[in-house]
Amino acid sequence: MQPAIQTHNLTKTFDQVVANDRVSFDVRRGEILALLGENGSGKTTLMNMLFGIYFPDSGEIEVGGKEVSILSPKDAYDLGIGMVHQHFKLVDILTAADNIVLGLDTGALLNRKAYTQEIREISERYGFGLDPEKKIYNMSVSEKQTVEIVKVLYRGAEILILDEPTAVLTPQETERLFVTLRNMREDGKAIVIITHKLHEVLAVSDRVHILRKGKSIATVNTAETNQQELTEMMVGRSISLKIDRPVCEKCCDKLDIKGLNCLTPDGVKALQNVSFTLKAGEILGVAGIAGSGQKELCEALAGLYPVASGSVMFCDEDEGKIELAGKTPKEIARLGVSMAFVPEDRLGMGLVANMDMTDNVMLRYYDKGKGPFVDRKSSRTLAESLIEQLAIVTPGVSKPVRRMSGGNVQKVLLGREIASAPEVLIVAYPVRGLDINSSYTIYDLLNQQKQKGVAVLFIGEDLDVLLELADRILVLCGGQISGIVDAAATTKEEVGLLMTHVPGSDTDKPVEEVSSS
Amino acid sequence: MDIFINFFNAAVLAGTPLLFGTLGEILTEKSGNLNLGVEGMMFMGAVSGLAAVFLLEVGLGIEIAGALAVLIAIAGAFIAGALGAFIYSVLVVSLRTQQNVTGLALTIFGIGFGNFFGEYFGRTSPIGFMTVSLSARQGFSNLSIPVLSDIPILGPLLFSYNILVYLAVVIAVAMAFFLSRTRWGLNLRAVGENPATADAASINVTRYKYLATCIGGGICGIGGMYISMVTTSGVWVHNSVQGFGWIAVALVIFATWSPKRALVGSLVFGGLTVMRFYVPLGIPMQIYDTFPFLATILVLIVTSIRQIKEHSPPAQLGINYFREER
Repeated sequence: MQPAIQTHNLTKTFDQVVANDRVSFDVRRGEILALLGENGSGKTTLMNMLFGIYFPDSGEIEVGGKEVSILSPKDAYDLGIGMVHQHFKLVDILTAADNIVLGLDTGALLNRKAYTQEIREISERYGFGLDPEKKIYNMSVSEKQTVEIVKVLYRGAEILILDEPTAVLTPQETERLFVTLRNMREDGKAIVIITHKLHEVLAVSDRVHILRKGKSIATVNTAETNQQELTEMMVGRSISLKIDRPVCEKCCDKLDIKGLNCLTPDGVKALQNVSFTLKAGEILGVAGIAGSGQKELCEALAGLYPVASGSVMFCDEDEGKIELAGKTPKEIARLGVSMAFVPEDRLGMGLVANMDMTDNVMLRYYDKGKGPFVDRKSSRTLAESLIEQLAIVTPGVSKPVRRMSGGNVQKVLLGREIASAPEVLIVAYPVRGLDINSSYTIYDLLNQQKQKGVAVLFIGEDLDVLLELADRILVLCGGQISGIVDAAATTKEEVGLLMTHVPGSDTDKPVEEVSSS
Repeated sequence: MDIFINFFNAAVLAGTPLLFGTLGEILTEKSGNLNLGVEGMMFMGAVSGLAAVFLLEVGLGIEIAGALAVLIAIAGAFIAGALGAFIYSVLVVSLRTQQNVTGLALTIFGIGFGNFFGEYFGRTSPIGFMTVSLSARQGFSNLSIPVLSDIPILGPLLFSYNILVYLAVVIAVAMAFFLSRTRWGLNLRAVGENPATADAASINVTRYKYLATCIGGGICGIGGMYISMVTTSGVWVHNSVQGFGWIAVALVIFATWSPKRALVGSLVFGGLTVMRFYVPLGIPMQIYDTFPFLATILVLIVTSIRQIKEHSPPAQLGINYFREER
């Protein structure tokens, strides 16, 4: 059968980094092809070439058997290629409908009424439940993705490219997306889905094309492969999918949190009477539905979020207990407490995207220089040693960090924080958006810290990982602690149940009444 | 009542060059280009509009009729303003120079351009300064519209201005319609808000940026010509534009990037600039001069407190777009 799209030896280079090296693959009509590869393996670059965002340095692209030259996204649309980007391409202040028709050529005047109606019909046909008149800035992430998909459908694309569509979705939303994708496949469309989540590859795709370091490795039929084989092809060596959990050795109390309360700027309780102990030499996992107070907890401990009441005691071996609540990060550091915080928002709160590695490393040590001068040399040395130790892929320490892939950015951030030899390490979603290899590197780094006697607070979203990596799991529900369980002895179901309700709370009572009557 | 009408008239007349400058800059900024060269483009328009009529009259030895003079002056001013904006566009859009620096350079260049040619043509003139004939000037005098101008109160209030005042209002209304109701307007807004998105939607970002900036510059140029033709009655006065371009840049913020609110804004600012002649408060003149700027600060505070998305500047304003930037 004639492939919908076929590439021959596509190559693209950025600076000195070869993003794509002679990549050849094809996708047919009526199939879902998964493009699998680690972060930085060139998946997005490849798709951007098909969509006319980048132009290949060399190689050919064939659409429907004819060699084509895709110079711009307009050419791509004309060829029936539609792309749903990893970072949504939407204009915040416009409505969903205006975004969907953006760039289409249908006369000078906008017929808002007509196209809003058409979009409403598409939305109803596929059951998207999209309000075409809603502004993008009022939308949730999954609604925005729906807009992107409707946009592609509205333009009648025959070849759909989805760049990591599930990275931002909950499991339920992901399943709903897969149902739509299968419907489109039945409709005879060719679908390319970029992902690094193996179980999703196995769940939704017909064939898998694997990329590693910008090169095509293989194309396999999904039915004839398994997770282990795909991992090996993707990473280039066999790796264990099991996460280590070294035994907690120097288990003494490090942070003692009692009755911690925090209010949001609107006066709503973000954290309610939170009490727990964080021990040195353990990883305490924090589970909970998104927005259950994880962010506030991290930031309150790090001195970034105002504490309404309660205490955060740091247990120092020599000087006894030190109160940290209500202190700024600088005051905490001045008390001799070494605390490191790896925030969720890496390129917003953690690193400055436009600055290079040296300067980002220096952000932690800027006041260590002599007098008014900064000490750039030692930061540069540290940055260079981080590149070596953590195998960070970058064109150099003087390139802006925004040019790095997600995994490498996280290594820079975590590496910088660990280099400060912290006693308490708070990490929020450290593997979000990272591929398997990078994720395991991060787990190893955290375990190393744990064995050094660092108290690690790990905010996670993947329960499987929390269960394997953490020693204990603290479950948050609506700003309250609904339970602290031993990770080795608990089950996913038990944690899942704690995530949705607090035992003995007001919300729990009606359930008890029902069961007793 | 008469005092009010006089004050209103003066406010409209003083506000019109500001309105042109503001509208031109709104169109420019909607494309994401922060062109701080408004002052320079107004100078270029001021001298070119006047010089176009002056040179034709001197060269052909005739007196150009009013209506034709208006058209020639508009064309001259528009082309000069657009030329200034074109230089800016080449530098900023194609060569990706820093926008603020380029805009400031254009201002300096435009001021020099205006004063140089203003003086130069003045010297070639037998009377020692650059001016146009009485008949040409009449094209810029206040209109007397049959019936409408004779309505009590409303007539003098609304129907007693020169043709350029009405042109400015028409441009404002047309621009508001263009931005909200036409496909090109939607595309232009997308370019200023998020060029990467516009690009992915197959909109030619470069073309929109060039066109919006150049047409915007042309409109600014007409604002400059208003000063040399109406405010100084068709005589080149050294540094006549001074300051108007900068107030226009502030007015764009005052108007929160809306052509309709620019109408109100330029009237308010026009009123504030002539207030000392009409509203005696017994305070030093210099304090009157601060009113437009105090008003700008107040508006900035109020708009930043209210944080309405629709009133924010285009999201990518001042940032150059390069497709392959990672």
